[in-house]
Amino acid sequence: MHKATGEVHSVNESLVGAHIKGGAVMNGEVAYIIIEDGKRLKAEVIDVKENNKVYLQVFEDTGWMKVGDPVEFTGLPLAVKLGPGILGSVTDGLQNPLYELGKIEWFLERGLKVDPLDNTKKWHFTPKTKKGDKVTQGSVLGVVPEKLFEHKIFVPFSLSGEFTVQHIAKAGEYTVDEPIVTIKDGSGKDLELTMAFEWPVKKSMPFKERSVPEKPMPTGIRILDALFPIAYGGTACNPGPFGAGKTVLQHSLARHSQADVVIIAACGERAGEAVEVFKDFPELIDPRTGSSLMDRTYIVGNTSSMPVAAREASVYMATTVGEYYRKQGLNVLILADSTSRWAQALRETSGRKEEIPGPEAFPMYISTLISAFYDRAGVEVLGDGKTGSLSIIGTVSPAGGNFDEPVTQATLLSTGAFWGLSRALSDARKYPAIDRIDSNSKYPSLLEEDEVAYLLELLRDGKAIASNIILMGEKGITDASYIRYQKAELLDAVFLQQNSFHEVDGVTNPERLRFMFNMVKKIIEAPVNLKGKEAIRSHFNFIRQAFLDWNYMMPNDDGFEKQKTTLLNLVKKMGHVAENV
Amino acid sequence: MLQKTYENIDSIGRAILTIKAKGVHNKELAELIYPSGERAFAQVIALDGDQVTLQLFGGGFGVSTDCKIRFLGRPIQVGFSNDMLGRVYSGIGQPIDGGPELMADMVRVAGPSINPVKRLIPKDMIRTGVPMIDVFNTLVRSQKIPIFARAGEPYNRLLANIATQTDADVIIIGGVGLKYDEYHYFKQRIEEAGSKNKTIMFIHTHRDSIVEGLMVPDLTLAVAEQFALQGKNVFVLLSDMTQWSDYLRQVANAQDQIPANQGYPGDLYSQLASRYEKAADIESAGSLTILGVTTMDDVTHPVPDNTGYITEGQFYMKDGYLELFGSLSRLKQQVNDRTRPDHRSIMNAMARLLSEAEERVKAQKFGSVKDDYSLRLLEYRRTFQRELMDPFRYLELEDALDICWDILAKHFKKEEVGLSSKLIEEYWPEKGTYKILKDGIHE
Repeated sequence: MHKATGEVHSVNESLVGAHIKGGAVMNGEVAYIIIEDGKRLKAEVIDVKENNKVYLQVFEDTGWMKVGDPVEFTGLPLAVKLGPGILGSVTDGLQNPLYELGKIEWFLERGLKVDPLDNTKKWHFTPKTKKGDKVTQGSVLGVVPEKLFEHKIFVPFSLSGEFTVQHIAKAGEYTVDEPIVTIKDGSGKDLELTMAFEWPVKKSMPFKERSVPEKPMPTGIRILDALFPIAYGGTACNPGPFGAGKTVLQHSLARHSQADVVIIAACGERAGEAVEVFKDFPELIDPRTGSSLMDRTYIVGNTSSMPVAAREASVYMATTVGEYYRKQGLNVLILADSTSRWAQALRETSGRKEEIPGPEAFPMYISTLISAFYDRAGVEVLGDGKTGSLSIIGTVSPAGGNFDEPVTQATLLSTGAFWGLSRALSDARKYPAIDRIDSNSKYPSLLEEDEVAYLLELLRDGKAIASNIILMGEKGITDASYIRYQKAELLDAVFLQQNSFHEVDGVTNPERLRFMFNMVKKIIEAPVNLKGKEAIRSHFNFIRQAFLDWNYMMPNDDGFEKQKTTLLNLVKKMGHVAENV
Repeated sequence: MLQKTYENIDSIGRAILTIKAKGVHNKELAELIYPSGERAFAQVIALDGDQVTLQLFGGGFGVSTDCKIRFLGRPIQVGFSNDMLGRVYSGIGQPIDGGPELMADMVRVAGPSINPVKRLIPKDMIRTGVPMIDVFNTLVRSQKIPIFARAGEPYNRLLANIATQTDADVIIIGGVGLKYDEYHYFKQRIEEAGSKNKTIMFIHTHRDSIVEGLMVPDLTLAVAEQFALQGKNVFVLLSDMTQWSDYLRQVANAQDQIPANQGYPGDLYSQLASRYEKAADIESAGSLTILGVTTMDDVTHPVPDNTGYITEGQFYMKDGYLELFGSLSRLKQQVNDRTRPDHRSIMNAMARLLSEAEERVKAQKFGSVKDDYSLRLLEYRRTFQRELMDPFRYLELEDALDICWDILAKHFKKEEVGLSSKLIEEYWPEKGTYKILKDGIHE
């Protein structure tokens, strides 16, 4: 393709119109606009119009641009560089490493260019093929150790057909940009490969073979693991009004989820939240691996005050990196916070292009984009009995906390679990404030199916009785109903609520979840012979207190068994006649 | 740079003007020259071929087709110098206190955001002396947090109180859409508190054009950022960001932008965020804290709604009280474990009980609240409101924590409050030995 050149014709915030002076132009290709001071501003073609006109969305501030500024088209779509060195790093939405940028300027000045992957770092490469081997896309050429695992160096997925290895580097230290392999295609043409390759972010990487998500992924969050689980390769939608605890939940998931790789796409959200992650995580030890949490984490930060057009890129980039690590045979979790900001960025651009708006001025195609995005999650069968998975948890920030809006609705149609955050619960400090009645999941729980049904039934009963109490007062209901209500409240307080800031209570592993559930079940099924609301409430208060104290203890703490006995005795006492209590 | 003057004005609106011109830069500053020779500022906001769209700082009223536009070859800048302390400026950065213009370095306005790697995790509590803030929603250095309140609530009084009661090195007040008496009030309070020599004001009142009002936060934050980079702890007050958003809506509308919700432009979130995100605790430098005001009737209105998603919490003021529910400090967890050992626990216990009491308030309407515990909860709620929710009661944090214990002891038994035995042993006051609470007040 003959690369085009052009010049700026119109400027409206991040939307720039350009006239093509010659060459072919592709929808979705990257272009650079060269402004007066020589800075090159990265942009993407988003519309090709009649009369040689194109629209570009510019990923940087367009101040000081003028009509006539030259535009250079690259002929290539927006791509991400894939190779060793991504884990543990923090980049902006266009894969510029923030720490490297920070060495040049304190502020995110435009037009700065830094290599996405550190090209000075040497990796220890071990070849896995030899001269004369036949390879195709996805064949493993060799491996390098990256943080916790062996990073496979693939034949790029963009290559099709069969190749013959002509030359492969000996085991040794190489940078990502050094050629390590030469392969020959069917026509006899040689191709040099490095340890890294590029992939267009908006194109999903093809699955080798796709399977369905059915194995629960423990998150350490009880209400999720027990009632509304996510599976490896699954998707979840997490909408909620501001202040209902989305951020805390996301941080908790990033820390405690049993995934091999966690990618945080901080899309259009507060910078401070990303900062908390990338400054805290290096100090935190992941108990499952014994090494720093940052080693399994990659953060894409396109925070709310960074250029809006790059929000979309940041979400897609995170996903492409996720797909790449899935190809490595790992379980990857993407936390996209927040997909609403991405949708709003699309709305801004769509408005400037004067497209006919859909509901709430979002573009008509928003639902298609959202569905296609979540479809990139999934389980991939890689051969040799190996699988990899990519799970996506997307937060949604609905206007006014009203779920009946285009982004929430489109997301609900595309995801397998729904965790609706409720302001009423967060006001009552019942964290995580995930609605116990309206949330749902189609994935299997860590508990048995009938156990989940059992808990949900109690919660529904409790809610019904609670509204009766409001209407008729405690005196208006029977002791039996009141006991049922107290049991539902207890289940909520000691099992569903969790203090994410507490070292012990903040994370519950599957084993502990099981024995906590057993204890809860024992209490729910215990006979209660208490008479009178005051006595019932007071006794359940004591049980709640004892259970909470127990939740805050490690199983190897001195008092752990003793506390369990205390709790069991309290439960036993309920069954005695009232005077004995 | 060659400064060309253009005469072919195409259209004049309330705040927008279009003209044919060449070689003009996006966001360039320009001068509108009236036939009388009078001048006003304007800024380029869009380019399309040779058609240039400008927003007019003086508004479009009185602009005629024989006015001229001179492009100044520079973006909007604001002066920055220590001599600005104690002074008052307009939304275009000109002194309005009768004092002289200053020789100052010019700094850029609405620049890019700081690289997140240069941010520190906020960790210093700002003591305000307001119990609902210090105890329940602690303010933290570099936080961005607005007061949500109906117009008419005493939010500016609270803003001024907090600004003058804290240890900020520099206070910068950005007034957008102030009534004249509100401006006067800020000025007076700052002077009374002896804070004048560490305060700068950028003021837009209702007599000024909306475009000037739109500029106020940018000028305020640009200057504040410079002080912060010099190592100062800067406190920025922005009142009122709802009016600012309204001006944004007016200008977007004049440009024929497709509105998103309730006529606000689709980029309202990004526009608010790029201002609030200037708040930062900067590595090896100072900090910038933003306390704003968002007037509102309903929290789901686009302005408070978008603001809530951007800021690190909000203080919700209603009927003259600072409410517990609806208020939030997202950063309190960073600091309230290092104040006093009982801080977090008592904060949670008080909130949980208050939430229980709120349930009873609902139930009370049906006449179904008769049991002793519920009645005590309702009394607790009244005491809580009287003793803690007055935003103008000054209490040191330690006294405020003590009064929380007093209130619990007044209304509850030890086992009812859900606090650990260890804390109860240390802090529970026996009847009649309250530390702060005046006993003998009977409802």
